[in-house]
Formats: sequence, structure tokens, C-alpha cells
Amino acid sequence: MGSGMLGKLSWAAIPFDQPIPLVAGAFVVVAIICVLAWITLKGWLPYLWEEWITSVDHKRIGIMYILLAMVMLLRGFVDAIMMRAQQALAFRSEGYLPPEHYDQIFSAHGTLMIFFVAMPFVIGLMNFVMPLQLGVRDVAFPTLNSVSLWLTATGALLVNISLVVGEFARTGWLPYPPLSELTYSPGVGVDYYLWSLQISGVGTLLTGVNFVTTVLKMHAPGMTYLRMPVFCWTALASNLLIVAAFPILTATLAMLLLDRYLGFHFFTNDAGGNIMMFMNLIWAWGHPEVYILILPAFGVFSEVIATFSGKPLFGYRSMVMATMAICILSFTVWLHHFFTMGAGADVNAIFGIASMIIAVPTGVKVFNWLFTMYGGRVVFASPILWSIGFMVTFVIGGMTGVLLAVPPADFLLHNSLFLVAHFHNVIIGGVLFGAFAGYTYWFPKAFGFRLHEGLGKAAFWCWIIGFYVAFMPLYAVGLMGMTRRMQHYDVAEWRPWLLVAAVGAVIILAGIILQITQLVVSIRRREALRDETGDPWNGRSLEWATPSPPPAFNFAVLPRVEGVDAYWRMKQRAIQQARLSDEPTYGDIELPRNSPTGFICAFFATFMGFALIWHIWWLVALAALGAYATFVVFAWRDRVEYFIPADEVARIDRANRRARGEALAQLATTP
Amino acid sequence: MSAFQGTAGRDGPDRFGHERGAQGRRHATEHAARELADKYIIVGYGFWIFLLSDIVMFSAFFASYAVLVGNTAGGPSGRDLFHLPNVALETACLLLSSFTCGLASIGARTSSGLWFYGAMTATFLLGAAFLGIEIHEFADMTAHGAGPARSAFLSAFFTLVGCHGLHVSAGLLWLLTMMAQVYAKGYRADILRRVLCFSLFWHTLDIIWVGLFTVVYLMGVWQ
Repeated sequence: MGSGMLGKLSWAAIPFDQPIPLVAGAFVVVAIICVLAWITLKGWLPYLWEEWITSVDHKRIGIMYILLAMVMLLRGFVDAIMMRAQQALAFRSEGYLPPEHYDQIFSAHGTLMIFFVAMPFVIGLMNFVMPLQLGVRDVAFPTLNSVSLWLTATGALLVNISLVVGEFARTGWLPYPPLSELTYSPGVGVDYYLWSLQISGVGTLLTGVNFVTTVLKMHAPGMTYLRMPVFCWTALASNLLIVAAFPILTATLAMLLLDRYLGFHFFTNDAGGNIMMFMNLIWAWGHPEVYILILPAFGVFSEVIATFSGKPLFGYRSMVMATMAICILSFTVWLHHFFTMGAGADVNAIFGIASMIIAVPTGVKVFNWLFTMYGGRVVFASPILWSIGFMVTFVIGGMTGVLLAVPPADFLLHNSLFLVAHFHNVIIGGVLFGAFAGYTYWFPKAFGFRLHEGLGKAAFWCWIIGFYVAFMPLYAVGLMGMTRRMQHYDVAEWRPWLLVAAVGAVIILAGIILQITQLVVSIRRREALRDETGDPWNGRSLEWATPSPPPAFNFAVLPRVEGVDAYWRMKQRAIQQARLSDEPTYGDIELPRNSPTGFICAFFATFMGFALIWHIWWLVALAALGAYATFVVFAWRDRVEYFIPADEVARIDRANRRARGEALAQLATTP
Repeated sequence: MSAFQGTAGRDGPDRFGHERGAQGRRHATEHAARELADKYIIVGYGFWIFLLSDIVMFSAFFASYAVLVGNTAGGPSGRDLFHLPNVALETACLLLSSFTCGLASIGARTSSGLWFYGAMTATFLLGAAFLGIEIHEFADMTAHGAGPARSAFLSAFFTLVGCHGLHVSAGLLWLLTMMAQVYAKGYRADILRRVLCFSLFWHTLDIIWVGLFTVVYLMGVWQ
């Protein structure tokens, strides 16, 4: 084993005896080949390479992040519907998925949904929106941003390669030892998990460093901290958490890797290893992680609710304080993930109370959103439907969370489907609804046309109804004693609930199909849905001061900010004076040149990860050398920037000013 | 004309928590004069944040060491293994290298080739000496049956100290690359920013080593 050129890799790694992964894998490979062939035949390859793959523009990187998240959402959802089908069928029988396959599916589902759907979605939104809202031209480190994107894509690719070459982890989305140790998981599944997260984790950490620097050091003139839109505050909090929490994940997974690869004894049963240390470390990252995901979603809802209520956000400062309070408190509750693992009554009580305290700033936020809507003329467009759906759903999820935070109750509910229902309640109802609200809200900014409203609303109703039908039964079976991750069962009382849950998954599927349809229909009818002025929703923050889609430089001249809701003030002044502000003096704009560094670096990282998983040591060395060479070549560049001449800037800005001027004139004629 | 203007002047409930008019406006004019931060500042700032994240990673390894330090599984403990004179020599090398690294960054700022290359070379030699002593220590321990697979204590020890050693190795590679780059490109603004980052990195390794020296070696021998 491990002595040949290809390490542990051989034909035995391809699951010829298992039709489901093989057919799925073949389907994906054929689909990728078809897409590549289509792009090549159309002659789009140079365009893709020059304008997207090597792009260091934060807007394009953000869009690519979201695209990655959406594709992975489909993959993760296929896992979900397979699990629901298995539990619907596997009553007093084996179902259609053998245990070792079922275990891989629930592990892959969790891993994909957290790391390659939720993370890239919120990071994509922050990428796209944050510099625009701050009134600047890019993030602090644009090329690093591209490296982050492609390293995240590498992680996602490795997880998907495991579908066909070898296997994925069977340990759940967090690889608890001793199950994840070599003794009990001798295959490559856990290694796939570990290396894909290590590589994408580097990307996420670099994003955190990049964005914290951006929020704290890059502002338009006058954009002081207490004038930043709440989305920027939540992005700051989220990225501070990334910087503080992701290194713990890296260290923890490194320890498990050392156990598996070099026979260390961090988490083993023998030689003094300490399994509880894994629980503590992984949740010291894992709990902040859920706030890394939910805080940007809170930011999206704050923007959406204020915009569609036509009012400033209620309690801006309390919103900021609540955000930062959650940011800090999120590090004080990790133990509530393992109340049952022997910490003792006193420790459990402290962490139980700390967990309940987090409900306070969250409650502040919910009331602020409600008071923002109160007295406003609420426009029920689909972004605000997602927001209202979120408020109802998230509050229910929060309340079941407070139940779980009571240690005696947790002793009964731990590891049951009640828990599964709880975290889906907050992650779907919070993070995913927030992501969809943000997607609908900022889509016209990104592409210059709105998404189809009717289909969007239909998709929303399918999602929210599907969610309740799929997950409320899981609370019930959880209370009836059903534990999570069961491949089959023989309790007759559970069966009806699980059948209902499967129906819920199908309703969500309808929602997803409607979303895909919405995208296709909107692209086809884009002329009718065109956003001419760059301000389709009567927005309040600076991103709406730019044309849709914004030019590479975002702002022709950096805006001067005079208060919260900076763009709203500009707009009101223009309406009051019945004219736009004077045309500024345009100058040349300096922008970072595109660079393939990120893509090439990720190319080597993919080979390195694959080689590490399969113990192909020469390839590891070669890939490491390649990655180092890539950085040296990048560092040796002489021309790192290019200029957009003042004439070009003027041409783009004048076109937008003309459209806005017309809109203003129209506003003056219609009372 | 709009609902907004009606409420702008007074303190209605929807204005709760927003800054008050006059005070806010005064702030605005002060800050409007401030331009975007300098690139040198942004790069240094960002690199500090990265270093903080690195320190968080080390703190996880420190924590695991503290948890596992007693779990020797019948094998040797720090008291049996650590040789303080060696560690003192290591520490001297690393601390001196930080001093020479400081000299190198002064050399770079004054575009003085002699100071820059001389001090960078000294930094490299001291760093390499540090690494040599550490590798020797590791090899010695492993040869005497006290390798990382012997016990949880030794796993944590090798990981914590080895992670620092890996950082020093990466730093040495960076140092050589940096020297080559200054040689090829001169003291350009972007190169100077990288020299700044490198020296921040090198000093941080010193800070971590001080913690490591105390927690692992001193406390290990005297416990």
C-alpha cells in the first residue's frame, strides 16, 4: 500500500459495483464536458478567461461565488431528497440505500450545505455589495480575493471528485473521533473531507483578512463607522469571526490529519489521546461559524426591510450594538453542543445561560425590523416576502434553540431529529432565506435587469410551505425519540411523519425548479425587466448610486457621505432641488489588472489535495513547487495596474446621469 | 414630497438611534477632508490581521499542549527530554535574528544595499541555525524512542514546536525570495511593502517563541 507511483489509488477506487454514485458521477462528467464543449464552440473561452476566471473585480468574484453556491445547492439538495426518500421507504426494510452509502450522503449533505453553499453564498453577497456600500472601488486585496474564490472552488471540486474516485466520509459533517480515526475509518473518505476543508478554509480565512481590512480601512470620504449600512457592520462582524474562528478549525483538522497520517495521538483512544478535546476545539470554531453565516443574512434583511418599507432602519445604533454583541457572545456558548458529554451540572448551567443570552440581541434585531415596517408603506416584493418568512420561521427556530439550550431538556433531545429540525429551521429560515432575499434584491444591480416577480413569489411560497411540511414533522418524531442519521427503523408511529417530511422535500424541489425557471425567464425577458437608472427599488445605500451593472470602477468619483442612508440623502436633495448634483470633474482611474494567480494557484492546490488524499507524495511536492512558483511569478510583475481614461469615465457616468435625470423629470411631472 | 422629508426634522420614533442633526453634520465636514488610507498602511494593517489569525491558530495548539502535557502514557515527560542550554542557544539565535531583521528593514527604507543584504544574510544564518538546532533536537528525541507517536504529550509537543519550526522554514524561503526580489527590482514601493510584511512575520515568530519557550520548555523542566 502506498508504494506505487499512484499511492493508494487504483481501479478499485472507482465504485463499479454501486450504480447510484457511478451514474450520478457519469452524469456530472458528461454535463461538464457538454458545457465546456458549448463554451468552446461558441468561442466564449477567451472571454471567460479574460473577463471572469482571471478577474480580480470584487463584483465578478462575488457573482462567481454565488454561482458556485447555487450549483452546490443543487448537489446538496439531491442528497437531501435521497435521504428523505430513504427514510420514507426504509420502514422495516433496508430502503434503497445501503448503510455505507447512506452514511456518505448525510455527511456530504452537511459538508456541502455549510461549507460550499452557505459560506460561498454569504461571502459572494459580501464581495459584491460591501465595497459598493462603502463607496470604494474594490476590496483591500483584489488578487487575494481571487485566490480565495478559487481555493473555495478547489474544496468543492475535491468533495465532488469523491463521488466517483474513492468515497466520502461516513462520519457526519463533523468528523468526531474516534470514529474518524484511522482505526475505524481506514478509507480515504475522511481524508477527502479533511483536505477539501483545509484548502477551502485557507480561502475563507484570506477572505476574512481581506474584508476586515476593507471595512476598517477603506471608506468613501465621510463614511464613518456609524454611517456604514448595517450590512457592512454584519459583514465586519462575520469576517472578524472568520479571522478568529477559522484558524481553530485549521488547527483541529491538522491534528486529526496528523493522527491519521503520522500516527499521532491527539484524539485516539490509546496513548493519552483526548477525544473531548476534539469536541471543544471543533465547536470553538463551529459555534461562531453559525454566526458567520447568519450575521450577513441579518444584514441583508436590514437592507431589504428598510428599502421596501420606505423608511430608515429603526434603531440603527442598537442594530450595530446587537451585531457586535452577537459577534462576541458567539464565542461563549460552544459547550451547548455537547451538554450530554460529561461536563457536569455547573458548567452546563453556565453555558446554557450564555446560550439563552444570545437570544437577547437577536430579539433586539427582530423588534427593530418589526418597528421599521411599522408605519411604513411596505411594498410586498419578493425580497421582503423572504424577509417576513424569515422573521416568522427564524423566531420559531430560535425558540426551539432556547429549548435545546436548557441542559435537562437537551439530555432528552440531544442527537434526535428535534435537533435536526432546529438547525434546519434556523439555517434554511435564516441563512438561506437571507441569501435568496439578497440574491433577488441585488440581482438587478449585478446584471442590469430584475428577476421575474411572479415566479419569484411562487418560488418563495413553495420554499416556505415545503420547509414547514418537511421539518415540522421532524420536531414531532424527534420528540417521539427518533435519533438522527437512521438508515432504517421499525417504529410504526414514526412512519407517517417521515412520509409527510418527504412530501415537504418535494415541495421544496418545486421551489427550486421555479427559481431555475425564474432565472431563465428573466434572462429571456431582460429587455422588459431592464433597470435603466441603477436604482430599481428606491434604495437607500450607495450601491444604488451606481449604474446597473456598475462599471469596473464602481464610482466615477468617490461619493461624499453625510450620514446614514447616504444615497437616500443625495436622492432627496436632487428631488428637492429638482435637479441632479453638478457634474463632477472626472479624472483617470487606476484599477488592479486581472491576474490568473488565483486560478493557477487553485489548480495546483487541487492536485496537491488529491495527491495528499491518495498518498501520491511526488505529486504533492510537485504541486507545492508549482504553487510557490505561481506566487513568485505574481510577485515579479512590474505592471500591476491599468488606467481608465477620464473620457471613458465621463462617458459612462454621463449615460447614467442622463437616465437618472429623466427619472427625476418624470417624478416631477407625476405627483 | 416624500414621507422622509416630513420626519427628517423632528425626533420621531423612526429616528430612534440615528445621529442627531447638527452634531452629525459637524462630523461630516471633518471626515470629508480625510482621503483614502495609504496603501502602505492598508497592506501592513491587513498583514497584521493575518498574523492575528496565525496567533489564534497557535493558541489552539497551545491549548491542546496544555491539555495533553500530562498524558505521557508511561513515556518520558518534558523534564526527562528538554535540554535547557540547547533551548537557550536556540532562543538567542531567534531573538538576535529579530534584531538583524529590524536592521534589514531600516536598510531597505534607506535603500542601503549593504545594510539590507548584510542584515538579511545574518537573519537567514541565525534563522537557519535555530532551525538546525531544532531539527537536531527532534531527531535526537525520535532516535531515543520519544517520537510524536509515543504519547499524546509528545504529539502535542512536536505539533506545537514543529508548527513554529515550519513557520520559520517558510520565513527563510520568503527571506531568500525577498532578497532576490530586491536585487531584481530595487526598492520599489510595492517591494518595500513586502519587506514590511516579512519583518512583521519574523517578529511575530519571535513573540510566539517567547510563549513557547516559557510554556513548553521552562514550565516543562520546572514542573
